[in-house]
Amino acid sequence: MSVFGIWVGAVLTLGILSFLYKDNPFYKMSEAIFLGISAGYWFVSLFWQNLVPKLFDNLGITKLLGLNEEDGAIQAIFVHGEYDERIWYFIAGILGIMMLLRLVPKIGWISRWPLAFVVGTTAGVYLTRYLASNAVAQINNSLKDFIVIGQPDFISWTNFNYLLIIIGVTTGLTYFYFSKEHKGITGGAAKIGIYFLMITFGASFGYTVMSRMSLLIGRLDFLYSDWLRLIP
Amino acid sequence: MASEKTKAFLLKMIGIDRRIIFIFVFIALSVPMFISIDMNIPTSPEVEMLVETMEKLPDGAKVLVSLDYDPSSEPELQPMAETFLIYAMRRNFKIIVIGLWPQGAIQAERAKAVAEEHEGKEFVYGENYINLGFQSGNELVIQRMGSSIPAAFPRDYFGRPVDEFPIMQGVKNFSNIDYVFNLSAGYPGTIEWVLFAVDKFGATLGAGNTAVQAPMIYPYLGKQLKGLAGGMKGGAELEILTSLEGRAVKYMVGQTFAHAVIVLFIIIANIAYFATRDSKKGGVL
Amino acid sequence: MKRGIPLIIAGVVGTVLVIQYFIPHTPFGVLNDVFSDWFSIIQATAIWLGALNLIKVSGDKVYKRKRDWQFSLVVILCFLLMVIVGFFFSGGRRFLDPGTPFSLLYDYVYSPLVAMMFALLAFFVGSASYRAFRARNKEATVLLIAAFVVMLGRVPLGDALTGWLPDWLHLSVISNWIMNVPNLAGQRAIMIGIALGIVSTSLRLILGIERSYLGGE
Repeated sequence: MSVFGIWVGAVLTLGILSFLYKDNPFYKMSEAIFLGISAGYWFVSLFWQNLVPKLFDNLGITKLLGLNEEDGAIQAIFVHGEYDERIWYFIAGILGIMMLLRLVPKIGWISRWPLAFVVGTTAGVYLTRYLASNAVAQINNSLKDFIVIGQPDFISWTNFNYLLIIIGVTTGLTYFYFSKEHKGITGGAAKIGIYFLMITFGASFGYTVMSRMSLLIGRLDFLYSDWLRLIP
Repeated sequence: MASEKTKAFLLKMIGIDRRIIFIFVFIALSVPMFISIDMNIPTSPEVEMLVETMEKLPDGAKVLVSLDYDPSSEPELQPMAETFLIYAMRRNFKIIVIGLWPQGAIQAERAKAVAEEHEGKEFVYGENYINLGFQSGNELVIQRMGSSIPAAFPRDYFGRPVDEFPIMQGVKNFSNIDYVFNLSAGYPGTIEWVLFAVDKFGATLGAGNTAVQAPMIYPYLGKQLKGLAGGMKGGAELEILTSLEGRAVKYMVGQTFAHAVIVLFIIIANIAYFATRDSKKGGVL
Repeated sequence: MKRGIPLIIAGVVGTVLVIQYFIPHTPFGVLNDVFSDWFSIIQATAIWLGALNLIKVSGDKVYKRKRDWQFSLVVILCFLLMVIVGFFFSGGRRFLDPGTPFSLLYDYVYSPLVAMMFALLAFFVGSASYRAFRARNKEATVLLIAAFVVMLGRVPLGDALTGWLPDWLHLSVISNWIMNVPNLAGQRAIMIGIALGIVSTSLRLILGIERSYLGGE
């Protein structure tokens, strides 16, 4: 199975690689297999790892179908007569079904309700967390380490770097401030900010090259070691 | 300025069919696969910070490992996962694996198999290792774990209730976890772990990231994030600092050739560009 | 119904989650947990929606015999293969056990395909670097030099080229400095800017000023 599986993987890998010459049916076939398998993988994973334990088990639907031994909310309420807070998962279930109704054009508008829930949840969580961690905390991190005049190590390479960071953050933010024309001091600061940003983008480019090359190295290792056995 | 003949040659070179460039890239990465070179790989402060934090953990510490990547990032992050699990085995850490990407939990099982083969012994499932699988919900899963990890992950990777297992006894939320190690290829990933697990719930976090994402994580280093291994180089440094040299170090030969080729391409192209630029107009020819 | 109730839902849920940041006690703490669990379930169905929509679009192509409809048929067949194998032939909840048909499809079909799809980018990065990366002006030159230093500094070649210089001039040291000082500063500036943008957009969504997610009608 392993040898057959490796050959299947190698053929599919070469199919994708063939795109480099030009678009061709071999590549299109590999791409179509990728799309179908990928969608199916997500579909199955979400069912068994999310919907079954979190929704169907908690509500007691799997117990009703004989697929689970543990009681859910339905059994607790209708069999044992006890309140079970897990019954409120049925609202999530209904919202989930409403989401899927987007596939039916005439009643697709119903999916706006769960979509609004998702948007509201995300907005509520992001508003506070991004402000705290990515704005306030970052300003704090920029200023906190700087050693002020009169303190030991004020004149040091480390403190110079902290100063550069403060200058870089301030001028970089000035560059993105478009409510005032970039003239005079603002213009000068924005100009310095551009250079900090160019270094940032250059570093990002360097790392991006590193990342993409790593991925190809991994694939070539598979082809030469696992498939062709040219490398022990 | 270059002569007309030279200009014509350089122009032809700039406009070369990209498939020729593809062949050069392919050769540049293939040749090093067959060469073995001992390389001196210098380490960086951010990976040293990561390993220092790991070394300060007590033996037997409870560590949450979140693998948030898929097979497309395997060459960069899988060696880090394998190294960390081998290290964890040696330090007797109790490992709780989760995935915010569905493929992450599967990748963990692959890394576990490699770690067990390397050490010649196995993790005892449920006692010093458990895989809680994947949950959808992105950062909301981390937020839910802040109040109850068993509520966020009611069953393990194999569908069994988590409260059955000794390793999960006494694990309610992040206050019962000594360290969080995250391997991330995008969203959700290290940024979400910092925003929620660290800043909201006070967890101690170390991370490995793909090289694409790593530059964006530097602002968190030090106060919010205790160490970062970025890309394949970061993975190689992690292997060196933990004395567990493996795949990442081996791949650095190919990485070196690749970077050299790209730098050469850019230099040649820019030389050709400047040589063929129309000096009167000051623009591109 | 079509627009009013979704706006109320978004507003109420968003407001509760903002308040729970400041007042984590009952009822806001409990609602936070409940909403997080519901979000997980709804997101799962949203991803299901995406997968089913792909099948719907592919099915449409096959039915109407559009160009390359045969490949759309392959998409549908592979999706059905994965779903049938995953639901019925891989041991139910234990579908990820090593050796199950689902697990084998993951190892030998899905993994190589997704890995190679992204590995293709290496070739395009090489091609784009050669054909487009030019030092046209001062800013581009600074970008280029930073990229060179980082690319060479992150591999042993950088130190091999500059090993004869004092330690602080080694490319690996300069590369580390670039990442930890100017790159950090630039990334932090971008991060703060984005965070302020997110705060503003989140507020607009909660207050119902931003309604584009509802679509037309």
